[in-house]
Amino acid sequence: MNLKNKNPIHFTIIFIIACIMLIVTFWISIVCGSADIDTSTILNAIFNYDPKDMNHNIIIDVRIPRDIGALLVGVALAVSGAGIQSVTRNSLADPSLIGLNSGAALMLALTYAVSPVISFPILILTGFIGAMAGGTMVLMIGRSRKDGFNPVRLILAGAAVSALLSAASQAIALYFRLNQSLIFWSSGGVSGTTWQQLYIGIPVVAIVVIIFILLSGQLSILNLGESVAKGLGQNVKIIRAGTMLLSMLLAGISVAIVGQIAFVGLMVPHISRFLVGTDYKKVIPLTAVLGGCLVVGADTVARMMGEAPVSAIISFIGVPYFLYLIKKGGRTI
Amino acid sequence: MNRLTGRNLTIAYGNKVIIENLDIEIPDKKITSIIGPNGCGKSTLLKALCRLLPLKKGKIALDGTDINKSASKEIAKKIAILPQSPDVADGLTVGELVSYGRYPYQKGFGRLAPEDIEVVDWALQVTGITAFKHRVINDLSGGQKQRVWIAMALAQKTDIIFLDEPTTFLDIAHQLEILELVKELNQKQHTTIVMVLHDINQAIRFSDYMITMKGGEVITQGNLPEVLSSQLLAEVFHIDAELMKDKLTGKPMIANYQLVNRKYSKVEIK
Repeated sequence: MNLKNKNPIHFTIIFIIACIMLIVTFWISIVCGSADIDTSTILNAIFNYDPKDMNHNIIIDVRIPRDIGALLVGVALAVSGAGIQSVTRNSLADPSLIGLNSGAALMLALTYAVSPVISFPILILTGFIGAMAGGTMVLMIGRSRKDGFNPVRLILAGAAVSALLSAASQAIALYFRLNQSLIFWSSGGVSGTTWQQLYIGIPVVAIVVIIFILLSGQLSILNLGESVAKGLGQNVKIIRAGTMLLSMLLAGISVAIVGQIAFVGLMVPHISRFLVGTDYKKVIPLTAVLGGCLVVGADTVARMMGEAPVSAIISFIGVPYFLYLIKKGGRTI
Repeated sequence: MNRLTGRNLTIAYGNKVIIENLDIEIPDKKITSIIGPNGCGKSTLLKALCRLLPLKKGKIALDGTDINKSASKEIAKKIAILPQSPDVADGLTVGELVSYGRYPYQKGFGRLAPEDIEVVDWALQVTGITAFKHRVINDLSGGQKQRVWIAMALAQKTDIIFLDEPTTFLDIAHQLEILELVKELNQKQHTTIVMVLHDINQAIRFSDYMITMKGGEVITQGNLPEVLSSQLLAEVFHIDAELMKDKLTGKPMIANYQLVNRKYSKVEIK
């Protein structure tokens, strides 16, 4: 494959391959599980659902929502990462590394401390507010007048703020005796995804991702640097703020569904850019598909390993990848 | 009257005032060079003139309207900018970057219209990089990269192009190539060019009009070669230089120069 010479066909081929990978991964994920269920039963469960059949119930009420949940979170985190990376022009940025996830988790812990029974839309909203708070703190510290978002300073600020916010979450959990439910938020897993969450999560994520795809031309311009973008007539401030808010919303939803998963938003946009270049009209759609693929795949592996936390599986790939990027210099994209 | 004028300009970074109460006029359809020692405010002035820097005071008018109060996209159809050493996002192709020059003309979430594609192809052709259309920019040489950025500015189809030190980091042959290209644009398309240059001889050779700055002030502005004098070079650059005639171009050139105050030139080496 010639990566140096990128004509338009190149993207189409890669995008189709990615979509096929996603469908295959999704299917494997439905098939694999502790209960041994064959293909015809799965198809029957989808097309001729029989409420009395236990296998049908497992497919419809447990596995499919779980897989859609994983897909949704993967898409949301990956696209969120691409958005943050383009705003900060920093290839090391990731929703969790710049404090969005820990901020959202803290807000969720606070919400649970107030009341253990909270509707999912409220959770999404609090997650979003928390992500905004965490992200704003990190961006304020990581930004300097001189060189914008210095990659390393941003990551250091993110690590420090995340540690602080996570400690606060744990303090709240201990004080209000929330331990049981909070372990779930901090370790990250999609096993508890319900259809009620998905009925709200799917349209919200879908709409935000569509806005991102429509905005992708603007992100490409933003990515050329402030002077060039302004010179071309872009309102840099509005595009930056809008992209950041949408990224925070996606991160907030992800945390509300699965808790904290790191590195998806770091790795996936990076791989996408490696495959198709930096034109965000190509990067955003590919990032969405590959993000879904990664989390669905990781969740399948986690399930086969006896319900290991999916965040741990992803970190297992993500941390070496992160270290490799740092070694490479963590330069701005 | 010229199209682009600045009146009573005060420009500052934060609280640090760089330029105060400056009046300036850019002659239409000519090549204007801004020269001056490091830190004299030449890049600052250039950025302000193309609305990249906000003004503390004063007004920059293009065709009579304030550029800082006009829609930025409308200005981008009249003024294109090539910033100082712009960094290229990894992995963009030449064609992609040049097509971004059509951004000011795209409405909403626009795709490239047939006429946009035509303009992009024209820009690639004028700058001689058509063959690189599908190549990744990172793989090109410094001179080629600079051509790609110029092609992007051309794709904006503007009457005015600003270039901030377009030849920095290029070897002498590539410097000449870029400046020849700029000259050609000016002659064939009648584009008004404003550029910051470091090399005085190149500024003399390739420009019609010269603005000389020092300490945030314009010392002289006027047509070449009349504006040039040994006294000016001594005052602005602290060099003692002879003005000779360049045999090739018939224009003046500076030669046999040394520091006015030799004190600075004799560093004691032990």
